[in-house]
Amino acid sequence: MENLNLILPEIFISLSIMFLLILGVFKKDSSKITVNLSLFAILITTIITINETFSVNRETIFNGSIVIDQMSSLMKIITLIGGFLVLVISSTYLKTFKLYNIEYPILILSSILGMMVMISSNDLIVFYMGLELQSLALYVLATYNRDQLKSSEAGLKYFVLSALSSGLLLYGCSLVYGFSGSTNFDIISNQLNSNEYVLTFGIVFILVGLAFKISAVPFHMWAPDVYEGSPTTVTLFFTIVPKIAALTVFIRFLYVPFLNLIDQWQMIIIFLSISSMIFGAVAAIGQTNIKRLIAYSSISHIGYTLAGLATATNEGIQSSIIYISIYVVMNLALFSCLLMLRRKDQYYEDIDDLSGLSKNHPLLSLCLLLILFSLAGIPPLAGFFAKFYVFKAVLEQSMYFLAIVGLLSTVVAAFYYLRIIKIIYFDKEKDKYDTDHSLWLKFSLTVSTILILFYFIFPSPLIDVVSRINII
Amino acid sequence: MNFPILSSLILLPIVGALFLFFTKDKEGNNLTAKYVALFTTIVNFLISIYLWIAFEQSTSSFQFIEDRIWIEGFINYKVGIDGISILFIILTTFITPLCVISVNNSVKNRLRDFLIAILIMESFMIGVFCALDLVVFYLFFEAGLIPMFLIIGIWGGTRRVYSAFKFFLYTLLGSVLMLVAIISIYWITGTTDVVKLYEIGIDVKYQNLLWLAFFSSFAVKTPMWPVHTWLPDAHVEAPTAGSVLLAAILLKMAGYGFIRFSLGLFPVASETFTPLVYVLSVIAIIFTSLIALMQEDMKKLIAYSSVAHMGFVTLGIFTLQQQGIEGSIIQMISHGLVSAALFLTVGVVYDRMHSRLISTYGGLVSVIPKYSILFMIFALASLGLPGTSGFIGEFLILMGAFKDNFLVAVIASLGVILGAAYMLWLYKRVVFGKLINEDLKKIVDLNRSEYFVLSCLAAPILFYGFYPDPLINTIEVSVTDLISMHETNLASK
Repeated sequence: MENLNLILPEIFISLSIMFLLILGVFKKDSSKITVNLSLFAILITTIITINETFSVNRETIFNGSIVIDQMSSLMKIITLIGGFLVLVISSTYLKTFKLYNIEYPILILSSILGMMVMISSNDLIVFYMGLELQSLALYVLATYNRDQLKSSEAGLKYFVLSALSSGLLLYGCSLVYGFSGSTNFDIISNQLNSNEYVLTFGIVFILVGLAFKISAVPFHMWAPDVYEGSPTTVTLFFTIVPKIAALTVFIRFLYVPFLNLIDQWQMIIIFLSISSMIFGAVAAIGQTNIKRLIAYSSISHIGYTLAGLATATNEGIQSSIIYISIYVVMNLALFSCLLMLRRKDQYYEDIDDLSGLSKNHPLLSLCLLLILFSLAGIPPLAGFFAKFYVFKAVLEQSMYFLAIVGLLSTVVAAFYYLRIIKIIYFDKEKDKYDTDHSLWLKFSLTVSTILILFYFIFPSPLIDVVSRINII
Repeated sequence: MNFPILSSLILLPIVGALFLFFTKDKEGNNLTAKYVALFTTIVNFLISIYLWIAFEQSTSSFQFIEDRIWIEGFINYKVGIDGISILFIILTTFITPLCVISVNNSVKNRLRDFLIAILIMESFMIGVFCALDLVVFYLFFEAGLIPMFLIIGIWGGTRRVYSAFKFFLYTLLGSVLMLVAIISIYWITGTTDVVKLYEIGIDVKYQNLLWLAFFSSFAVKTPMWPVHTWLPDAHVEAPTAGSVLLAAILLKMAGYGFIRFSLGLFPVASETFTPLVYVLSVIAIIFTSLIALMQEDMKKLIAYSSVAHMGFVTLGIFTLQQQGIEGSIIQMISHGLVSAALFLTVGVVYDRMHSRLISTYGGLVSVIPKYSILFMIFALASLGLPGTSGFIGEFLILMGAFKDNFLVAVIASLGVILGAAYMLWLYKRVVFGKLINEDLKKIVDLNRSEYFVLSCLAAPILFYGFYPDPLINTIEVSVTDLISMHETNLASK
């Protein structure tokens, strides 16, 4: 008998989804209760995850197709907390656009379930199932504001491109299966050796598919449009939660089945990393819409995360995970600010709408200032440490070129973050925004900003947790 | 473990800033905010004076050391001072209250926020001078960009946005390479602790590249020719108090960095690259002095003169002679006082006439004599007249330079003449001559607070001009040991 306790979180969340679906169908006006119950379900799942899996070092179940280890439990917890916060701060926005329906929490729950499966997957088929589950939920979420043309366009675009990338991914998986004779990562890892020429194609296809999912350059084209078109709360979800799952899968693919083929993929990752860092920084300069700008900035942040992965060391993996954790907090804070730009049921998302914000909303501007400097990687804010750990790992492997290019592109990136700060602090003020925000929104902004600002005082806890992750 | 006096020096301004943050921001002249800021900075000054008294001058080892684990097994929060850093700390704590007093006229709106920025800036600057760990140093060094960017951008002049961006991006670009070098040092030696690094040294084969990476950062910050172009812009647009902080203290971070890190950690590379620094310094001295001669804008002129003076400083440091380095440190302290004073004097007339152009003025001596006298003291100190602190610094630097390289010293001496030329010419055009501009007749002389601030600056300039012993005694042992350590390092490799 398998130890089902290990996948108790997944089981619990699937049962909740089914229950909520039935509840939503049979009970009228149940959107509020669905949202609350979903939050509750996520909370319980988080507690179960911490309880059941956090102390597990590494165990596999179902013939090794699902793996529970330190990385999977940490990433699941981050995913769940991210999902919880997204859901909890969305309500005002959704009500404004009359989107406060039962589907929204259920879709978010399903995509979280998909991600949890992805994170734990140790098998090509399980991985693909999780991926598709989360993607399908995300397609619908992107079009969620269906009365708006842009939202429908975003969803369609995301669907077409993502389906294409899934196709590539699947093709790569089939090639790998053809060469190794198994779909299990551990077995593949034993079977593969780098002499087989066609195998490289398989790896490349898989990497391309994964690069699509995390929107690394040159497979980033969908990101700006989708981020701009989707409802803001969904964009928030897009920028943080799926990235965590995709990164975990990236790590697992590179370091479990393909570790022996490091010569084949290391250059690819370095290329993806460098091009994302540079392109994300340069392309963001000309943007006028904050959500588009965030899309480009998230591309460049993914570049830094990949830089850690390119090192092929445990330190590198750990630094990437630290990076993505800090990035999640920063993005959450940034979007909380964005959701506060509301004036009489209208949300503002152009950079010019921030003009002179510091006169009327000094506290909000101060938060934005800290968040933006942190995103730019200026010490002593958390964003600096994220970059610091990554480059520490990169330099350990003497990859000077990667480190120098990465740090130089932070200077370019600093320009557009400074531009927003300039608009907030140096420009003429506009009308006041509403200040009656929901408590949760204020809470998430306060907590995330405090984390960003004071991370430098206690950097150790995060490092301690992450340093238990040893994949290689 | 004794009382953590250095940490309290660093933290106190932040506590003051936090306190200010929670007070209400009133429009106009916010006296409460000013008093809070003033109180904090003066207490900090008194602590630093106590530090100087308690400081043991006969040893070059670091004192008041605090060493706490910060990131397990990687970085320690380590601060401590020696004879070199203590002077810079006192300079910082001395200049900041003067900035706070002088803030009256130059900052019209959001006074509270301005004071918060100044206080936070002070704490970062003190942090830079105390840090004994490369990562801690980098943290303070870079963090200072944030408040300075805001000071220039929010309270600056008409082209403030351009200047603020230029300042930020230039310095950031220089610094990121230093970060690469710092992390590399960690992987090469296994520590970022400066004291340990002094002991174990860094392998010669790495030194050149590391030196260049540090140099890129310090050269921008100093600023050396040809990466000095951010400085005139930043100075011209920054509000008076911002210019004062920038010129008096921020530029000194780089000079301090050269002494503490470039010389201390990379002795062989410092020797190798001395010609490079010489050439750049000499160009800075001659070229920017010539540029300064042609300026129409008073603040720009002083900004270029800062570049020239910092050229002397870098020249002195890399003579690697006792006199040269001591001269450089004294020149930095003196320049900190003199340039702060000059920016304040320009600020005084700017507040009244709202023009920085030299052509606006002329004949000031007949209407505002007190001002003219103080301005004269500062102008003469800037050109290095004997009897002012400027002379001691330049004289020692040139002495060191003559010992090391005759040609460089001769050319640099020409810079002294040029320095006299632009300063005296400025003074002549502004203060002497006929009073042509009708508006100038209504100009009023220094008010009490301006008079106080400028006298506070004039006193040490004259005092140390005649009696530099307290300064020299403080730094002497540290510099001697730095040089002997440098020489043993050179000999062993």
